[in-house]
Amino acid sequence: MEFLTMDRWSPYAVGIGIGILSWLTFLLSDKPIGCSTAFARSAGLLERLFRGGKVNDKPYYKEFVPQIDWEWMLVAGILIGAFVASVLSGQFQWSVVPDTWAAAFGTGSIPRLAVSILGGFCAAFGARWAGGCTSGHGISGTLQLAVSGWIAAAGFFVGGIVTAMLIYRVIG
Amino acid sequence: MLQTIRSNNRLQLFLGLLVGIGFGFLLQKGGVTYYDVIIKQLLLEDFTVVKVMLSAMVTGMLGVHVLRSLGLAQLHPKPGGIGRTLPGALIFGIGFGTLGYCPGTAVGAVGHGALDALIGGVLGMLAGAAVFAAVYPKLTPILNKGNFGPLTFPQLFKVNPWILVIPVSVAMAGLLYVLERTGL
Repeated sequence: MEFLTMDRWSPYAVGIGIGILSWLTFLLSDKPIGCSTAFARSAGLLERLFRGGKVNDKPYYKEFVPQIDWEWMLVAGILIGAFVASVLSGQFQWSVVPDTWAAAFGTGSIPRLAVSILGGFCAAFGARWAGGCTSGHGISGTLQLAVSGWIAAAGFFVGGIVTAMLIYRVIG
Repeated sequence: MLQTIRSNNRLQLFLGLLVGIGFGFLLQKGGVTYYDVIIKQLLLEDFTVVKVMLSAMVTGMLGVHVLRSLGLAQLHPKPGGIGRTLPGALIFGIGFGTLGYCPGTAVGAVGHGALDALIGGVLGMLAGAAVFAAVYPKLTPILNKGNFGPLTFPQLFKVNPWILVIPVSVAMAGLLYVLERTGL
């Protein structure tokens, strides 16, 4: 069982594993893997805590009802799975500023957190606009040969590469 | 049998959790829940993310199409459109490059203690999703522009899916081989 405590697995082994998980979700749950819808439902659940049931009347939440569903549980599972994997390899570690960021912009927490909030905001806004993220479009969409999935995957990487280059090559 | 499993809601929630645990475990073991790995992919210095995604795609594509040909699975392609898919994907890309995580890997990063993924990632993403829900009625005309629905390439070209599945798999495997040979 030594492989369970290894720091890293081959990216090909990991990718094949994720591909097999997608067979299981199509077979047993009749659903592709996705992540970003769970954020939309969670946002609705949180809004409902503060503003009550009228949140359910928003057109978006009529389409994506704020509730804990299969995909929400999948995202919760990601948290547990990554936690267990990192604990098994002794890699679990509280951190705020990643090394690459620190090398270019210093070890201060505030700039990193401010930029990451902005990034998170755009990522979710864009994912809901496109109707999926790197999982739902990037893996599940492309594997189904969905036209939307291939266009989205190209857009994700073009946008991401240009932005990362601007941050690290122009600003940094 | 499959119908019984698929229509059992509580079992489905449990299966979702199990698949998520496996997914999160794999993402961490692959290193793709780390900001440094993702940002180096976007800076084109490390191709781990692309290797994981392409091998998942090829494996998934072959298996899911076998299941489909056997009548054991149905495809669920997402609808797309001119106003929907590309603009949304580019905005996502800006966020992806700025945050250094995507929604799934941000949650995985929280699992190994990355607080930038929690505070910036998860809270920022919840805010982004909430604001999107608020402006959704105003965006609807743009979102519906050039809508082509849940179209797949085999439907577009009116061919049997296998006519595309095989060459696309071979091409992606070839791309992985080239990446490996060039030492990326």
